[in-house]
Amino acid sequence: MKKRVVITGLGVVAPNGVGVTEFTDALREGKSGITFHQNLKDLNFSCQIGGVPNISEDLKSKYFTDLQLRGFNSSGILYGCIAGVDAWKDAGFNMNPESELDYYTGLIFGTGTSGVEKFREAIHGVDEGKVRRLGSTVVLQTMASGVSAYLSGMLGLGNQVTTNSSACTTGTEALLMGFDRIQNGKAKRMLVGSCSDDGPYIWGGFDAMRVMTYKHNNEPEKASRPMSATASGFVPGSGAGALVLESLESALERGTTIYAEVLGGEVNSGGQREGGTLTAPNPEAVKRCIKKAIENSGILSNDIEVINGHLTATTKDALEIENWTKALNRTGIDFPYVNSTKSMIGHCLAAAGAIECVASVIQLKEQFIAPNINCEDLHPEIEALIDSEKIPTEKIDLNFDVLAKASFGFGDVNACVVFKKFHL
Amino acid sequence: MNKEELIPKLKTIIAPYVQDEEAFKFLSEDTDFVKDLKINSANLVDIILDIEDEFDIRLENEDMENMLDVKSAMQIINTKLDN
Repeated sequence: MKKRVVITGLGVVAPNGVGVTEFTDALREGKSGITFHQNLKDLNFSCQIGGVPNISEDLKSKYFTDLQLRGFNSSGILYGCIAGVDAWKDAGFNMNPESELDYYTGLIFGTGTSGVEKFREAIHGVDEGKVRRLGSTVVLQTMASGVSAYLSGMLGLGNQVTTNSSACTTGTEALLMGFDRIQNGKAKRMLVGSCSDDGPYIWGGFDAMRVMTYKHNNEPEKASRPMSATASGFVPGSGAGALVLESLESALERGTTIYAEVLGGEVNSGGQREGGTLTAPNPEAVKRCIKKAIENSGILSNDIEVINGHLTATTKDALEIENWTKALNRTGIDFPYVNSTKSMIGHCLAAAGAIECVASVIQLKEQFIAPNINCEDLHPEIEALIDSEKIPTEKIDLNFDVLAKASFGFGDVNACVVFKKFHL
Repeated sequence: MNKEELIPKLKTIIAPYVQDEEAFKFLSEDTDFVKDLKINSANLVDIILDIEDEFDIRLENEDMENMLDVKSAMQIINTKLDN
C-alpha cells in the first residue's frame, strides 16, 4: 500500500514577496516583482529588467553565520537556504546546530547552476595565476549540490540529500522525486524545492537567444505577459521555493498543519522527437505527461478545476494551452481556470517550478485564484481554444479541490503534479 | 615581532573562524587551531590568506602544513618577516 503524501511546510523567496505571508498577499493583489536593472543596461542587454527578491543584510544574518557569509557570493544558495529553512520551520521544526540527526527526513533541492558570481570570481583568480588565493568556499558555492549541502547541514537531515537539475522543470521534478520517496516508504519527510541565481551571468545566455522581451524596459511591471497577444518573450526572474512533504501518518501523528495533499504526478521527456528540440517541447510528450499525471493521481480530467501553467510569455503559450485542451479533452467554457504566476514574478528558471508549486498550494489552501496580470489582451489563438472567463485578470475567490501544475524545460523535459485540498 | 605584539594580531585574524569561544578566551601559545578552537580544517586555508594580507608575506604549502597552533604560526610569520 503506497503512502499518502501531504504538504506540511512552505517557504518562498520570490521577486514579489519574501516569506509565505508576503508572497500570499502579492499573489492576491497581483503584485509585480519585476524591476529595471541598470547593470543589465550598462552591459548592453536587450532585456534590462528582471525579478530579484529583496533580501536585506539583516535577514541574511538570521539564516547564515558571519563565518558562512565571509566570501559568500551565491544568490541561488542564499535564496534556497532561506526558503528551505522557512519551510522547515513552518512544518513545526527548528533550526538548531545541535539538533539530533534526522535519518527520516531527506532533501532534494534543485538548481540549474550554482554560484555563478562566485564562479566568475574564481575564474578571474585562476586566470591571473592566483589559484592559491581563492579561499576555501569556491567548491561549496559553485558545485550544483551546494544548496543541498548548506541546507542539510543547517537542519541536520540524514535521509537522501541531493540536487536535481532539469532546466525549468527542476522544482516540480524535485517535488515529484521527494513524493516518490515518501510514497514508497523510504523517508517520512522530504524537504523539496529549487533555486536560481540572478544577474547578468545567468541571464546573458537567454538574452543572446533573443527569448527575453526587450519591449518593456521602460515599464517593467507590464513586461511579463503570459497568454497575451502582445507577449514578446519572457522576463528573467530568480529566487527559490521550498515545500516539506510528509507521509500522512507522520503529519497526523505530529498534529501539524496540512496545506494540501500531493495526489501524484508524472515526469517524462519528449526525447527531442516529434517536433521536440533542445528548446521546443514535443507536444505528444507534454500531453502524455499530463494524462499520466491524472492517471497516477487516481482522478479524471474533469476533476481538475484550476491549472497553474508553465506559460512563460513566449510564442509557445498558445501551444501549451492547446496541449492542455487535448490532454484533458476540455475546451471553451468547460476548460479549468488557468493562471501563470510568471505574470508577476517573471520566469525564475530553475526556481520557477518550486516557486510556482508554492503559489499553487497557497491558492488551493486559501481558496483563491491569483490574477493573470498583463493579460487584458488575450492572445486570439488562445481565445479560440478556451473561454476568456477561464483566464482571470482579477483575483477570484473560489471553492475548489484539485489543481494541476506543470513545468516544461529546455532539453524537452516535462513535469506535472496534481494537488488536492486536504480531506482525511 | 614579539609575542605580545603578534598574539593580538593573530587573535583578530582567527576570531571569525573560531567555533569554541571558551577556548578562544584562554588562547595561549599552545592553543591548537583545530583541536582546541574547533576551527573547521577547510578554514585553515582562509586563515593563511588573511595572515598573508595582514603581514604582507607569502606562505607556502609547507608552511600551511606546519601551522597547526599559535606557536608554530608565530614562528613561521617571524621567519618570513625576518627574510
